[in-house]
Amino acid sequence: MTTQVRTEPITVNLGPQHPSTHGVFRMRVTFDGEEIIDVEPIFGYLHRGSEKLAEERTYVQVVTLTDRMDYVGSMLNNQAYMLAVEKLAGVEPSPRGVWLRMIASELQRIASHLVAVGFLIQDLGAWGTPLIYTMREREKILDLFEMLCGARITNSYLRPGGVFMDAPEEFWPAMNAVLDELPPRIDDLDDLLTDNDIIFSRTKGVSVLTPEQMLDASITGPMLRAAGVDWDLRHRDPYDYYDQVTFERPLHTAGDNFARYWVRVQEMRESIKIVRQCEKLIEPGPVRPDHDDVPWLLRPPVGDAYAAIEHSKGELGFYLVSDGSISPYRCHVRAPSLINLTLLREMLVGELLADMFVSFGSVDINMGEVDR
Amino acid sequence: MIGLGLLKAMKVTLKNALKAPFTIQYPDRKVGIIGAAKNEGKSTVGLMATQPVTAAKAALSMYSVPVNIPQNRRFRGNEFTWYEDRCTGCASCAKYCPLGIIEIVTSPGGFDVQEGESYAIDKFDIDIGRCMFCGLCVEACPYDALHMGSQFERSKYERDALVIPVDELRQALRQPSSWFRPQFEERDYDPFRDGPEDDHYKTGRHEMPDQETLDQRWVEDR
Ligand code: SF4
Ligand code: SF4
Repeated sequence: MTTQVRTEPITVNLGPQHPSTHGVFRMRVTFDGEEIIDVEPIFGYLHRGSEKLAEERTYVQVVTLTDRMDYVGSMLNNQAYMLAVEKLAGVEPSPRGVWLRMIASELQRIASHLVAVGFLIQDLGAWGTPLIYTMREREKILDLFEMLCGARITNSYLRPGGVFMDAPEEFWPAMNAVLDELPPRIDDLDDLLTDNDIIFSRTKGVSVLTPEQMLDASITGPMLRAAGVDWDLRHRDPYDYYDQVTFERPLHTAGDNFARYWVRVQEMRESIKIVRQCEKLIEPGPVRPDHDDVPWLLRPPVGDAYAAIEHSKGELGFYLVSDGSISPYRCHVRAPSLINLTLLREMLVGELLADMFVSFGSVDINMGEVDR
Repeated sequence: MIGLGLLKAMKVTLKNALKAPFTIQYPDRKVGIIGAAKNEGKSTVGLMATQPVTAAKAALSMYSVPVNIPQNRRFRGNEFTWYEDRCTGCASCAKYCPLGIIEIVTSPGGFDVQEGESYAIDKFDIDIGRCMFCGLCVEACPYDALHMGSQFERSKYERDALVIPVDELRQALRQPSSWFRPQFEERDYDPFRDGPEDDHYKTGRHEMPDQETLDQRWVEDR
């Protein structure tokens, strides 16, 4: 005998200070039993006004602000910003500087993906172990960054036209040791997670997004590639010297949480390949243009420029307007984290409470970048 | 097959369980009696004979030794190293700081026999409570007077105590980091290995003038 239980929707406020929201993010979620029937994301709790702050700082000083936007991908932020400045000011970058920043940003991509994967698994309820494994690998990459630029997270390594200083000689053997160590670790991660039945049953078919939906919302990055759309700016619109290296673009067709996870793990392997190629192609030379060509107080001609890179989270673009003075007239950031979050309602409605934060984590957002 | 993946995953966990831990204990770690003897510079038996209390403490795992975390020489630490002899008071560092937290007050009247007249530094306060250790001030200094430090243990209970006043800066441990100082890397200076460096001629990119040039200058300036 079954009796019909009358249920009524309940609205729960999650965040802004909730351990699973990857920062300070707030959602107003309406549940019917365990099922999510409505989500209202509320942004802005970490707004620091970086874009406005950039307007009263010189072009070089703004680098320090970009570090703090996506703080697990600082090198990539630096790179996007520098590309925009170079375009704006017509600076010809030094080849060795460009290779060095490609190496740095690919290492940063691995580190960023490691964080994404670790926290995704943690959101699934695997407290500790996989997260600590991924953090252990990331720590080694951060050590390399400390060797390069003296800081682990807020790097400020790049300068208009290159990098601030050449890599020290102890960097190359250390980097090779890390690169040798990483593939077996990623294999371990594959063994631990990718073939794991529990991960399978928890993530397969959850929060499916179709390519059409994502293209409409201009979602980019691993999320889009997880649905089988071959869109990678490193390949489609090569910036720096990405046209001189070969790499594959891992694609998955499912578009669910598992596919997003899988694409990230495979991309790490490709990044290792890219770093190895860069190491072969790099040649001695100056790492940044002369001070006469690129002075400290850069005064780009009046105009505007937009430059975008394939960030570990999607397309990160900087739009800069110059009025001929020493600081940008306007700086706008196309933040992948924010735009990738716009389909949150579509992802979550109809799913279960327990999968909510997994789907949220699979977007791989960083609140520092969402609110800026 | 259901379950095979789980076994595979279990294998990875077991493999890692047998490895030595990756974690570093900070600021000190507990050691047993052998480690304690090593730290005291004695043999195990010698420690038990001469310092029975220490030996007993170590046996009860109440004895700890400090841990040195390996750091890289470009590390941007917070004890700024500043050489007053090199500093001209030009305030480039204050101007390039994105946060404007360096406060410099100078007065004319400093005089150096070798270099001629200069400004005396009355105030050189760095508010490291707001500093983000970007190192741009160091990059901006044209005379290599300011360097990033290599220490990091400087937590305080009050925000006001985080301002480094000029007197403290004068007496601070001068163990400069090699961030943006290629001359350090050329002569293979590592602050963590080689310790403090007080000779300001060695830390700059400008060579110390030889005696002849100095005499010449002395005559010409007259
Ligand atoms: S390290 Fe950066 S924030 Fe700190 S005083 Fe120097 S320029 Fe300013
Ligand atoms: S530390 Fe360097 S930049 Fe700052 S006032 Fe002295 S000489 Fe000028």
